[in-house]
Amino acid sequence: MASERSALDHVFHALSDPTRRAVVARLVKGAATVKELAEPFPMALPSFLKHIDVLENSRLITCNKRGRVRICTLDREALNVAEQWFGEQSRIWQSRYTNLDGLLQNLDKKKNGS
Amino acid sequence: MAADLKYEFLADKENHTLTIKREFNADRQTVWDHHTKRELLDQWFAPKPLTTSTKHMDFRDGGYWHYAMVTPEGDKYWNRLDYKSVSPIEGYTAMDGFSDEAGVVNPNMPRSNWHVTFADATGRTLVTTEVVYASAEDLQKSIDMGLEAGMASTMERLDELLPSVAA
Repeated sequence: MASERSALDHVFHALSDPTRRAVVARLVKGAATVKELAEPFPMALPSFLKHIDVLENSRLITCNKRGRVRICTLDREALNVAEQWFGEQSRIWQSRYTNLDGLLQNLDKKKNGS
Repeated sequence: MAADLKYEFLADKENHTLTIKREFNADRQTVWDHHTKRELLDQWFAPKPLTTSTKHMDFRDGGYWHYAMVTPEGDKYWNRLDYKSVSPIEGYTAMDGFSDEAGVVNPNMPRSNWHVTFADATGRTLVTTEVVYASAEDLQKSIDMGLEAGMASTMERLDELLPSVAA
C-alpha cells in the first residue's frame, strides 16, 4: 500500500512540470531519442537530462541505450491509458443516455398534458 | 428521471469488445424510434456539450447514418454508421467509422461493429450495445488516439489539481 502511494506520488511529481508533460505528450506519438526530445526546449542538455531522470524514476518512461543514442519510450501501463479510455467511453455513453432520458421524460409530460 | 435505471459498462480488452447496457423509462417502440429517426437522434446522441447534426439518414439494411458531433465552438467531427441488418423493433447491426464531411469513411482509422438489441424490462426497455473492434490492434489504436486527443485536457486538469497536491 505504501509503495503504491509513493508510485503515484512519483507520477504526479513527474507530471507537475510543463517540460516533462511535453515530453510525455511527444512520446505518445512514439519512441524518440533523448536528442530529439530535447530539441524543442531552450535549455542546456544537463538540465534537460534531469527531467528525463525524473520521468524514468516515475516509470512513466524507459530509456535504453542503442549504440551511442538513448531511445525513450512511454510506459502505457504506468499511465493507465486503457483504463482511462474505458472510463471516458463510459462517460460518453452515460452523457448521451442522460440526454435521452430527458427527451423521454418530456414525451411523458406531453402525453399527460401537464 | 428514475435514479435506479440500470446502467452497465463492460470493457473486455481480450475480446476487444465494449458492452453497454442501459434501461429507459419508455416502451420499446418509443426507445427504438429514438435510436433510428434522425430528428430524434439529433436531440440526444452526442454527449454534452456536443450536439448532433445529421446530414444523411437511411435506416435500413445497407443504408447509413452520416452525422457530425458539433462542439460549442462549431467544430464538426464526422461519423458514419453503416447499417448491416435491421429487425424492427428487436435490434440492428452496424459498422461505425470516422468519415469526412462528404461521408467518405477514413480507412486508416479503427472501425467497430455495433450489435444493438432492444428488450422489454417490466415497463421499461433495456438497450444492449456491443461495440466490437476488428482486432486488439484496432482497440489499441482507438485508445492511443484518445490518449493523443485527451492529453491536452488531461494536462489542464492536472494543472488545476497539482497546486493543491504540491502545497
